[in-house]
Amino acid sequence: MLDAVPPFRARTGAQDDERVIKLAVLAVGGQGGGVLADWITDVAERSGYIAQSTSVAGVAQRTGATIYYVEMARNTGRLPVFALSPSQGDVDILIAAELMEAGRAIIRGFVTPDRTTLIASSHRIAAVSEKIEPGDGRASSSKVNATAEAASKRFIAFDMEKIAADNGSMISASLLGALAGSDALPFARESYEQAIGAGGRGVKASLAAFGAAFDRARGTAAPGPEPAEPAIVESASGAGRVNGPQNLLHGWQTLAARIDLMPLPVRDMALRGLRKVVDYQDIAYGRDYLDRLDKAVALDGADHSHALSIAAAKHLANALCYDDMIRVADLKTRSTRDRRVRKEVGVKDGSVLQVTEYFHPRIQEFCGTLPAGLGSYIENRPKLAAFLDRRINHGRHIRTDSFAGFAALWFIGGLRRWRRRLLRHKVETAHLERWYALALSHVPHDYALAVEILNCRRLIKGYSDTHVRAQSKFDRVLSALDLVKGRADAADWIRRLREAALKDEKGDMLDGALKTVASLSDHSVGGGGGRP
Amino acid sequence: MAERSFAREVEKLRLGAGEEFAGEGILAITKALLQCGVGYVGGYQGAPISHLMDVLADAQDILGELGVHFEASASEATATAMLAASVHYPIRGAATFKSTVGTNVASDALANLASGGVTGGALIIVGEDYGEGSSIMQERSHAFAMKSQVWLLDPRPNLPSIVKAVEDGFELSEVSNTPVMLQVRIRCCHVHGHFIAKDNKRPPMTVADALDAPRRDTGRIVLPPASFLHEKEKVQKRWPAAVDFIARNKINEFFGSDHGSVGIVMQGGMYNSVIRALQRLGLADTYGETDVPLYVLNAVYPLIDDEFLSFCEGKQAVLVVEEGQPNYIEQAFAAMLHKAGRGTRLVGKEYLPMAGEYTGQVMLDGIGAFLRAEAPHLLPGEVRAPNKVGDGVDTADLINVVPGRPPGFCIGCPERPIFAATKLIEQELGKHHIASDIGCHLFSIMPPFELGATTMGYGLGPASASAFNSPDAKRRSISFVGDGGFWHNGLTSSIGNAVFNKNDGVIVIVDNFYSAATGGQDILSSRAGNKTKSTKHPITEAVKGMGVKWLRHIDRTYDVGKMQDVLREALTTDEKGPKVIVASSECMLNRQRREKPLVDNAIKGGERVVKPKFGVDEDICTGDHACIRLSGCPSLSVKSLDDPLRDDPVASIDQSCVGCGNCGEVADAAVLCPSFYRADVVHNPSRWDRFLESARRATISLLQRRRESRRLTFADA
Repeated sequence: MLDAVPPFRARTGAQDDERVIKLAVLAVGGQGGGVLADWITDVAERSGYIAQSTSVAGVAQRTGATIYYVEMARNTGRLPVFALSPSQGDVDILIAAELMEAGRAIIRGFVTPDRTTLIASSHRIAAVSEKIEPGDGRASSSKVNATAEAASKRFIAFDMEKIAADNGSMISASLLGALAGSDALPFARESYEQAIGAGGRGVKASLAAFGAAFDRARGTAAPGPEPAEPAIVESASGAGRVNGPQNLLHGWQTLAARIDLMPLPVRDMALRGLRKVVDYQDIAYGRDYLDRLDKAVALDGADHSHALSIAAAKHLANALCYDDMIRVADLKTRSTRDRRVRKEVGVKDGSVLQVTEYFHPRIQEFCGTLPAGLGSYIENRPKLAAFLDRRINHGRHIRTDSFAGFAALWFIGGLRRWRRRLLRHKVETAHLERWYALALSHVPHDYALAVEILNCRRLIKGYSDTHVRAQSKFDRVLSALDLVKGRADAADWIRRLREAALKDEKGDMLDGALKTVASLSDHSVGGGGGRP
Repeated sequence: MAERSFAREVEKLRLGAGEEFAGEGILAITKALLQCGVGYVGGYQGAPISHLMDVLADAQDILGELGVHFEASASEATATAMLAASVHYPIRGAATFKSTVGTNVASDALANLASGGVTGGALIIVGEDYGEGSSIMQERSHAFAMKSQVWLLDPRPNLPSIVKAVEDGFELSEVSNTPVMLQVRIRCCHVHGHFIAKDNKRPPMTVADALDAPRRDTGRIVLPPASFLHEKEKVQKRWPAAVDFIARNKINEFFGSDHGSVGIVMQGGMYNSVIRALQRLGLADTYGETDVPLYVLNAVYPLIDDEFLSFCEGKQAVLVVEEGQPNYIEQAFAAMLHKAGRGTRLVGKEYLPMAGEYTGQVMLDGIGAFLRAEAPHLLPGEVRAPNKVGDGVDTADLINVVPGRPPGFCIGCPERPIFAATKLIEQELGKHHIASDIGCHLFSIMPPFELGATTMGYGLGPASASAFNSPDAKRRSISFVGDGGFWHNGLTSSIGNAVFNKNDGVIVIVDNFYSAATGGQDILSSRAGNKTKSTKHPITEAVKGMGVKWLRHIDRTYDVGKMQDVLREALTTDEKGPKVIVASSECMLNRQRREKPLVDNAIKGGERVVKPKFGVDEDICTGDHACIRLSGCPSLSVKSLDDPLRDDPVASIDQSCVGCGNCGEVADAAVLCPSFYRADVVHNPSRWDRFLESARRATISLLQRRRESRRLTFADA
């Protein structure tokens, strides 16, 4: 790659005020990058400059990555020759309307430390590839931020999407504000505001978003408060607000007092777990939770930073609070849920909210909600189960703002008090016992492996077929246990298998990883624990 | 009606002599057509010239005042065939389309038009969809110009130059009796700039005048013996006339020094990039002044031997900057030098890549390398021996972090549920061979759907599955075609072909009421009324007319369950012959553009309006994202919960949701999870609404209070 001469040391010794300013905008289709490019062109022309903007329209505008490019030079009465697309190492200002687009700009070479002012909105719009992973497939923002600092002359980044939304405008307005506030262009604030005003639509909101972003970029407005670090829970019995009848509160205090006896690092997770479990079922269920957790705490010590206890506190709570019809119905009929929906949807006074829920129960869910004996009786008779399934297995759209719809769910939620006798509970409890005992059995000889077995609980999620698939992934990961146990890196292998299982829907990556594990033990006869 | 309205911009088309025009390249071309006294214009939309069609459609009043006829042609072939009006009559006509795909379709008409030749100027404006932002195969329009012997202009990418190219093009066409293609690249179409306008001209002869006084000339019709004479006429009369015109009118331009040991020849469209490279090498100033001799081909076909040879006079080496391959221009110049016995070395693809777009860096590298090898004395010291290497920032890691962001279905797109249903039916019945077509629906090939094996051209989806028709087959093929492709040529090439050949496959016609991918232009089956076009012709009637017996119509694609049922029936029925499913719902982008202002006004005006939006109960969502794998909607994303008990982000729907219904329907059809809800907000509720609401809320909160008073409730920590 050939390096260019530092900018504008042109043949005729062009004066600095004749130089061309190059500005590129990288955006996601639908973000209004075209509006921004038009504004910038307008600002330049208002300020005695000649400007040229170009874009690539077409299908890229359908939610794909798009690019807009503006060149401008002081009007000296002669027409400059402008380029129609940005070149690597030859961009003065790069505006990224989303953080990963800033990363893309850096990769493409449009950001260089000798000259580029990089203005980026720090918010994320997850790409489809990031969203479809069964686990957390989101790209690392910190990596982009770190590279952006190093790759640019100046890096201005804050959440311009939020500033726009807070002011009822679009991100193009706050991006323009950040550009103006950065002083990277030799134009006065008034020119920008005039350009916005000339647009004629949503001017007031755009100006407000422009102003807020201008101040942020100038550094005259303080950044929003950073999210506070969670406080370390010293005493569980006093933390958080709990309401309810006196006898239940008394029971809660007794349970919470047990958490105060646990090692300090465990308390936060244990308290969260306890709240979740009690909220899910009752005080007695909370007692069960703590009894089980105590087993892990007893085997644990400070030398491992209580990793086992913390993992147990987290995953026991999740395992105990399995997702059944009762839980769903209970959560959907709470007054807190009603308030949250109203807030999210933004229901104003005087408007009426109607809420439709989408259910699709199958015979499995139905049997799970029957007493264990009756449920198994049906499940063991395929013809009967199929007959019933034909009657049950339909999509149901239930209006929870209507009395009948609400009452039906309220009734199902009320089955909570009989939950312990139901088939699903029996199945889930047996599964939990096996998993927990398996994990704890490894503590004496491989502490890290025990923690990883506990963490595999993360794999179990979803409803119906998704849940079945999740169970299968869980079983497949743990099937490798016999192959890796005894190896020094056994825990690491289980972690890798779990992460592979979260990469795709069917577990193709997991199967590949399992093959690797199988070949490991083939080659390591005599090393480690060998094959079962 | 198109996605973008140019109602305001078209007023610029009225500018008179001496006034300054400011705007997009496409609009400038339109203005230039009117200044040239064009009599009729036709074309087919497609990036990068969609806006040209949209501008013309919005400018019907102005065109009417001038007596100019405008057509939104059925296809590029139609648009080019329309230029037949310039064969016998001295009327200037223009056609426009996306190239090379449009030129492919047009080539039958183009070859016939070129053979007989024209009397009135015939201009074909092709939007060269090449390089970054292109959505098609990477080929060159140049080959079409050569094979049919029509002239090809490739002007410098600035407004005055492209406006002049339109004027030159008509004149060139008339003096050489040959259609002329004017090539404009993607960014040139969308470039914002200025030029000084001239008055619009009423065509000296309108199409109405021609109809009143019909003419014919057997010698211009493509049938032997005339066709043999046409070929001779092309080389004996038309070619020399074109060469003479181009040379005499100095269509091609020379810049830089008159003498020098090296020079650069380029397509006009490459001029700005060449200057930028020279600027960066310290050899040109802001205004393009340079000492390096430049020969700019605003006409790239035919080439002018004398001009080129005199440019090479006294030069050791000349670089040809010609984007794309094959390198026809370079080959032609090499032959000229060779035949003239000249010693000048001709280079091109040695320094510049054979394939791919000539970006800024490619130009800098290529021209820099050429000059270092052939004329190092021109270069400043820093360029000859640069001190620093690279910029020291390692971006290798970043490549693995930054996700790709290909285009996809819009928020609330009615095509999404069609492919969700197809994905579900494949989970049920196994994988099938799926043939795709051109249009928004081609996004199905990308995640999360990953459906579709091939795309063979506009309206050719079902045609491309026609081989998969075997009595031994246990599975049927599935093919898709959009409503745009259906009317473009799918009706005959795909549906008619399937009926005639007794194809047993399943054909899904995706009907979203517009030619949506090109910007929402109206087509025959559009549901809205159109002042100047005839719409509301149902696809189902056309399909029946072609002889299809098994036909199902789904009038709400968001009903995923129904879509799934119909697909299942089509794939399993015993009935023979093509199984055609017409899946209809309006393009959401256009629907929102149409409805949103109406809804907002209705709410402001106090009318009762129900606005839907979807949401996710975050404590019910388990973070598996199965719903996203059946959607990919931009408004359905993931978010982290402030809860250490939860490892994976949960699904979340943002404010951009338009409440299309896909989320709920998919959750139901795929039996996913109950975490979705639809919230309908009734604005300006009636008295009955309010009464019902208060009664319901009273009873519901009674139940809620009853339960919540008997359990522990935790305020959020």
